[in-house]
Amino acid sequence: MPLRHVPSLPDSAVTDETVYRARRRLLGAAAGAPLLSLAGCAEAEPPPSNAVVTPAQARSGFATDEPLTRYEDVSRYNNFYEFGTGKSDPSEAKKTLRTSPWNVAVSGECGKPGNVALEDLLRGIAPSERIYRLRCVEGWSMVIPWLGVPLADVLKRFEPTSKAKYVAFTTLADPVQMPGIRFRSIDWPYREGLRIDEAMHPLAFLATGLYGKPLPQQNGAPLRLVVPWKYGFKSIKSIVAIRFTERMPPTAWNRLQPREYGFYSNVNPDVDHPRWSQKTERRIAGTGNRLRADRIPTLPFNGYGEQVAALYAGMDLRKWY
Amino acid sequence: MVLSRGPAAPTGRGGRRSPAQPAPAPLVAAKAIVHLLALAPLSLLAWRAWLVARGIDIDALGPDPVAAIEHELGQWALRLLLLTLAVTPLRQLTGQPVLLRFRRMLGLYAFAYASLHFAAWLGLDLGGYWRQVFEEIARRPYVTAGFAAWLLLLPLALTSTRGWMRRLGRHWGRLHRLAYAIAVLAVLHFWWIVKSDYREPLLYAAILALLLGWRMARRLARPRTSARPEQQQRGQGRGDAERGQQQPGEP
Repeated sequence: MPLRHVPSLPDSAVTDETVYRARRRLLGAAAGAPLLSLAGCAEAEPPPSNAVVTPAQARSGFATDEPLTRYEDVSRYNNFYEFGTGKSDPSEAKKTLRTSPWNVAVSGECGKPGNVALEDLLRGIAPSERIYRLRCVEGWSMVIPWLGVPLADVLKRFEPTSKAKYVAFTTLADPVQMPGIRFRSIDWPYREGLRIDEAMHPLAFLATGLYGKPLPQQNGAPLRLVVPWKYGFKSIKSIVAIRFTERMPPTAWNRLQPREYGFYSNVNPDVDHPRWSQKTERRIAGTGNRLRADRIPTLPFNGYGEQVAALYAGMDLRKWY
Repeated sequence: MVLSRGPAAPTGRGGRRSPAQPAPAPLVAAKAIVHLLALAPLSLLAWRAWLVARGIDIDALGPDPVAAIEHELGQWALRLLLLTLAVTPLRQLTGQPVLLRFRRMLGLYAFAYASLHFAAWLGLDLGGYWRQVFEEIARRPYVTAGFAAWLLLLPLALTSTRGWMRRLGRHWGRLHRLAYAIAVLAVLHFWWIVKSDYREPLLYAAILALLLGWRMARRLARPRTSARPEQQQRGQGRGDAERGQQQPGEP
């Protein structure tokens, strides 16, 4: 029962990546009806690695037509210090994380707190796909097709009160299931947080899968946050607790290096990390020649400015980095 | 420290100093092995890079090949640098002056790996983003340290020949003491890119501290008065060429 966390999943969820890509190409070709006569020519060319994005999707930011990062790369290049601090440690670690049963403790400023089974947390919310850019604070980026539910839909279930100004998330910190916990690279447990309006934004997403498959352990199974306009470390993995708070909650990297990692951590090419530049990024995507980095300029809010800039109107983003 | 110290030194130097005379076979064999060992990481890396470039195995260097190449080359540059600095303490501990005959090649390999590391960063990683290259060198402490280390390696590599040893005379040793500063810069370069897990750079820092500490301890332990005459002795006792080959100074 591998897909138990993703109830009423569309058929696409069980296909493998090749089929997935092929179908998306077909869809893309069908959508581009005027181009059908050129289909024969297109066959000879390298296939586009992504689907056609509808204008509505483009406006929403829910999808992008940039080449996708291969499943192999998404699942083998991870920062998940609970399983080791090396990029390949999490994918090479033994699969010791028990993702079932999985409970999420919801507490704080809300009407319906409680310890909720993952199935119940997601029940009745239609799973959807989001193709998001992911920009790591280290200067590399990916394009990932996530599967999951809008964060807002889940949060609303617990009826946050007017005092709920922030939402805090916590990752599991179990030294038995997570060998990396024994080394104090982070003040465990890993913690993250969002302002409530950020959390309620349509782009904020809770992922349960990627490429139509359940999330691998190294990508934050069985439930992780995806906030595409912020640096990757904000997208907390393997969530076991959600707390609505009135005050800005402490976050893991900010506690470790407050000068280097702010609470907001919006992707911003104009505010460098004190030790390295954030102006450009190395895009890890596609199957082309990867011996030369695909370096591209980094965009404000990781290219989601149109959707999210209003959240920060009037804020000095140099101060609130 | 001076090479002629210890009973083993004069004999070790005997018979092999004239350029016309070939080095003894065991030494040639040992050097060949060191060459092979020093080239092994580069060959493996080049092989994997070739697999990636030809599309035979695009995963041969992992999801981020450029970062893998940079890291691998940088690490070997640092390791070889520390190995170079380990030659003198090892010679002193073992009383085997022949070890010194490996120092230059190790140092040059460190320089080669460092140059390739720098070239990969320039060409493969930041290729085309020249403004960013200059900004990073000028403003990012970890890049500044790494660049400075490489820049300081340049004169050492250039003056590593016998001709330059002869020409520089006693200044050669002083110049090559830059190796200490270079190693410190290289460790800092590594230290400053780490986000939270300092175990690896800490290991290198500890090794460097040991190597530099050893030298400092020897220097302090040696009575000042005895150091002087010894140095004079060396200066008078040997011809320039001989001294050059024996590598004055002790980087």
